[in-house]
Amino acid sequence: MAIDCLVLGAGQEIGKSCVVVTINGKKIMFDCGMHMGCDDHNRYPDFSILSKSGDFDNTISCLIITHFHMDHVGALPYFTEVCGYNGPVYMSYPTKALSPLMLEDYRRIMVDRRGEEELFTSAHIASCMNKVIPLDLKQTIQVDEDLQIRAYYAGHVLGAVMVYAKVGDAAIVYTGDYNMTTDRHLGAAKIDRLQLDLLISESTYATTTRGSKYPREREFLQAVHKCVAGGGKALIPSFALGRAQELCMLLDDYWERMNIKVPIYFSSGLTIQANMYYKMLISWTSQNVKEKHVTHNPFDFKNVKDFYRSLIHAPGPCVLFATPGMLCAGFSLEVFKHWAPSPLNLVALPGYSVAGTVGHKLMSGKPTTVDLYNGTKVDVRCKIHQVAFSPHTDAKGIMDLTKFLSPKNIVLVHGEKPSMMSLKDKITSELGIPCFVPANGETVSVASTTFVKANASDMFLKICSNPNFRFSNSSTQLRVTDQRTADGVLVIEKSKKAKIVHQDEVSEVLHEKDHVVSLAYCCPVKVKGESDDVGLIKQLSEKISETVSCADEIHESETCLQVGSFKGSLCLKEECVHRRGISSSCSEVKFLCCNWSVADLELGWGIINAMKQNL
Amino acid sequence: MELTCLSKGDGFHYPPCHMLNLSGFRILIDCPLDLLALTIFSPLPCDVGIEAYGQNDQNPIQKKQKLERQMTPDDLVCAEPWYKTVKALHLWEASLIDIVLISNPMGLLGLPFLTQHPRFCAKIYMTEATAKIGQLMMEDLVSMHMEFKRFHGPEDSSFPCWTKNLDGEEVPGVLKNLVFGENGDDLGSWMRLYSLDDVKSCMKKVQAVKFSEEVCYNGTLIIKALSSGLDIGACNWLINGPNGSLSYVSDSIFVSHHSKFFDFHGLKGTDVMIYSGFSCLQTAEMTENDCISTMSDKKDERLAASLLDNEESLGELEKLAFVCSCAAESADAGGSTLITITRVGIVLQLLELMSDSIESSSLKVPIFVISSVAEELLAYTNTIPEWLCEQRQEKLISGEPSFGHLKFIKDKKIHLFPAIHSPNLITSWQEPCIVFAPHWSLRLGPSVQLLQRWRGDPRSLLVLEDGISSGLGLLPFRPISMKILQCSFLSGIRLQKLPTLLSLLQPKIVLVPDVINQRINLSTMKTKSILSYSENKTLSVGRIAENADVEIMAELATKLSWKKLRQRENFGVARLKGDFVMENGKQRLVSGLDQEESSGKARTLRHWGSVAPETLLESLVKMSVTGSIEHRRDENGAEGKSIIYITDPSGGMIETSEMGTTIITDDETLASKIFQAIDGILDGI
Repeated sequence: MAIDCLVLGAGQEIGKSCVVVTINGKKIMFDCGMHMGCDDHNRYPDFSILSKSGDFDNTISCLIITHFHMDHVGALPYFTEVCGYNGPVYMSYPTKALSPLMLEDYRRIMVDRRGEEELFTSAHIASCMNKVIPLDLKQTIQVDEDLQIRAYYAGHVLGAVMVYAKVGDAAIVYTGDYNMTTDRHLGAAKIDRLQLDLLISESTYATTTRGSKYPREREFLQAVHKCVAGGGKALIPSFALGRAQELCMLLDDYWERMNIKVPIYFSSGLTIQANMYYKMLISWTSQNVKEKHVTHNPFDFKNVKDFYRSLIHAPGPCVLFATPGMLCAGFSLEVFKHWAPSPLNLVALPGYSVAGTVGHKLMSGKPTTVDLYNGTKVDVRCKIHQVAFSPHTDAKGIMDLTKFLSPKNIVLVHGEKPSMMSLKDKITSELGIPCFVPANGETVSVASTTFVKANASDMFLKICSNPNFRFSNSSTQLRVTDQRTADGVLVIEKSKKAKIVHQDEVSEVLHEKDHVVSLAYCCPVKVKGESDDVGLIKQLSEKISETVSCADEIHESETCLQVGSFKGSLCLKEECVHRRGISSSCSEVKFLCCNWSVADLELGWGIINAMKQNL
Repeated sequence: MELTCLSKGDGFHYPPCHMLNLSGFRILIDCPLDLLALTIFSPLPCDVGIEAYGQNDQNPIQKKQKLERQMTPDDLVCAEPWYKTVKALHLWEASLIDIVLISNPMGLLGLPFLTQHPRFCAKIYMTEATAKIGQLMMEDLVSMHMEFKRFHGPEDSSFPCWTKNLDGEEVPGVLKNLVFGENGDDLGSWMRLYSLDDVKSCMKKVQAVKFSEEVCYNGTLIIKALSSGLDIGACNWLINGPNGSLSYVSDSIFVSHHSKFFDFHGLKGTDVMIYSGFSCLQTAEMTENDCISTMSDKKDERLAASLLDNEESLGELEKLAFVCSCAAESADAGGSTLITITRVGIVLQLLELMSDSIESSSLKVPIFVISSVAEELLAYTNTIPEWLCEQRQEKLISGEPSFGHLKFIKDKKIHLFPAIHSPNLITSWQEPCIVFAPHWSLRLGPSVQLLQRWRGDPRSLLVLEDGISSGLGLLPFRPISMKILQCSFLSGIRLQKLPTLLSLLQPKIVLVPDVINQRINLSTMKTKSILSYSENKTLSVGRIAENADVEIMAELATKLSWKKLRQRENFGVARLKGDFVMENGKQRLVSGLDQEESSGKARTLRHWGSVAPETLLESLVKMSVTGSIEHRRDENGAEGKSIIYITDPSGGMIETSEMGTTIITDDETLASKIFQAIDGILDGI
């Protein structure tokens, strides 16, 4: 049995996440994203690799979306409505609620503002979302008889999940995007210690290690404060959900504390609408927010107002959250065009910007002019501030998660190739786990765990559950170890289920009669000095424990002694049949009649030899 | 497996309580309080000055006559109330309980009594919603009880002093029955109420789960909560262990308008099913003609469809609408409505419907919700879409709040107050009005004062929980001229749906309460066996699965060295050595320490069959061992032992019979040669 991991998107790059994993014959697709930096057919994963005929229903058992970002859900309406996938689609409750907003917003930007041909319509989005089955955290869903899936909290955005999938005995986790530290409105990723054959992890920040977030928060607040205090306008291009709420909570708090009266705006109704969803989905936010929400819902921002287009040229300072992020199109780009030339103003870019966007250009170097998509150039004289709080885990987080889960194999996706390669080296050398970094279209195959099933007899189970304690006195303290090993016999009969029995039961299962093979010898022993029979047995037992290494427990009673299956008793007969060679003429010689089973063969010979030496 | 039904409970507010012994673990299912028993206490008088003194000068003769006449409010116990717990639970040692499963908020109310116990150490599981709502209900109970404490003053005695006047002749039988029980041994089940700290420390011990979340207890039992539809967060339990699967199904509702539906698909095909839906017995509706026999051939989907018909749920909606219309009528006439129902789902629906109907009519009636936890509870219920029915989940998708009350609270149509003496209450108070106030027992909370205020007003309306008016409930408020509406809402599976449910779930063994088994003929079911259990009796069920499954790790299985048997070609045997582990409810054999040595050339330790001495000597001769055979007969003259005397290379002897073979020699090499020869003749392992 094997697990095949086919990377359709986000292999050695960021964007259009899509991984298809085949576990014991079941195909599961994780994420169905779109590449924000591509305009051509490359923006979607290449679904044709999966099925040439386009019959996806019979190819894929289910599709699971981890969170509502476009690079994870963007291709979903295309895949279900245009490509015709009709199978089950799973996503968390918040993702199901918020994805349509994101998709619709993106569609509008693409069609209305950039004038592109429609890839999917509003009706497509609606009918696609109808097929979605909502998931709750930790809820274990039996997709079909063999396939089981479960979602864990990932903390990246509201409703982001990591997905555990299990077929038979083989199990994997696909992390989606995750964050290992708590931020203001979301908790840190949380997962059980699972036995995994494969972990597929994101690696956006494969080489970055971040310190505390507080200095970064302070830096950001100071930059914005300085800008508005100087009468400038601060533009924060961000997507409607996620960083917008996080930064807004931060600013709203700061505004309260510092008693600042400068307005904070949200550019679109989308963010306002999104805040309403956030209020209902409190159970998916951080512990802090959950505790506070009864008295004051933290998503009721006190200083935040709606923004109108006319306010772009209004005098006076303000802070504006404008969609979309990365300055890739739409309203944020339009505002940027007007505000960038003034040195008073500030553009604060939160999070990651995909290559090809204006955001990416601003971040890489300090350009004085920037080309917009339609060919116009804009002078950039405003300040640029990169807000370094990303909802992605850093390299330490990836290592921590990997260490915690200790999967048998790991596949890295959703990152930049050079840093992924160095993380791969780190994982293989430090943790000794095989690590793969496949490119788009490549498949990684790993072996999967399997268990052979058998019926066990009661006697076997009973003996297995009896502890076998061994006590040993190490220098200072007594150590107790349980040295039990399950010792049984596996019996298979043609066309029947295998059976595990205790060795005493084998013959019964085979309908045979036991035949005991044992060894016997009536061994002469010499009496040292004057001692009675009991004393002789004592002497012998001391001798045995001195010379025979594996004889740990010697039981003595009257004229008998026993070690394991070895039994010896003083022989009173004149002529014992088990006595060979030596006659009983010598009065100083007594005989120990011994009997031991095959299991203790070495032990028996050891004792016999010890007693012979005594002669 | 063993099941002991500790209490069959009484309707929605007093769910049944069971003790289960499964795979050696003791599991307590639910820990409720019998709050109906509170009605033996008299509520706090509204105006102490007049009423309390006016009625005390009755002479003893009059008291005696009460036996024959009706009970009066004076018969009730005037003391700080104690609370009645499940009696049989006190007979169990708290430290021996391993697991506590709580199915709904009602089943949680008695838990602090158990967790107070210093040696209590069980793991407690319940759904997140049950934990939250249940905690709020307990906090509300404690805060309502505070009024009594303030009135009666501190009482530190751990002895229920209030019972000392209750064993007299003149005390009415109804009262005695409630206090002492039918057998007179219930006194020990009365407890003083826990404190807020007790509630907190109890809740700290709880592990909250989601629906369908699998939790593993001790590596052995996999426990899963599945929605029961009874109320928000209420659940049935599915327990999987190495010895088979068990489902616990209590009162459930197929189609609900507030909580997630009864998830019965997840309960299919278990080995044992414990059915504990007692509330169907309260509504006697099953008739002889109800046809159940024809259902056995139907397909699963059709069975499921017949369970999910919405006739029931429409009936529930009608009841709710009726309550609303009655309230509106009273308001029209200038009377107020007091609603004492505290079932969360029903209250939420009523609030929504009431506000809607008031909004659409010309009436301007304010709605008050008076409860110490109203604000938190109503805020909470709008943040849990995952726990609600599909229609309400749809609302989340379209961005609307799950329950409509949020908007009305904002518009000041619904007013929330923590208590009747809240400072702002008097300023916004206006009659007629509609008030939602606990407690349904009419002994605690703001409902008492309001009832005392309005009881003489024939225009006003009192909406009660089912069953409260038949007992002592209304006694302290008589004479009462208010209109009274007693609502019985669906609180379980109807009896006639039980056979369909069972034929759909197809458990191997079903355990049903004896009372149900008497009422309905289940013998036609596909289920293999139906056992009935009774209160306070232990029912043992033998093992269901034939042999326990053990999983052998593939790496271990490939290392095995197989032996072909000479006598039986169909068989293969191999020695198996490994570490036996129990994880996730599965018994597993994984590679152990001494696996390596045993997989090599191990000595044969067990033999079977018999040895013919001639054959043995023949093969010995091949190994250049020579000897002679002597046959010996036993006393009966039958073939007995044979002895082979070995002469070369050294002295030795072999005794062989049907039972076994003994090698007698002190020469190790000779012994191993003989052993080798026997190995060549006999099958062994």
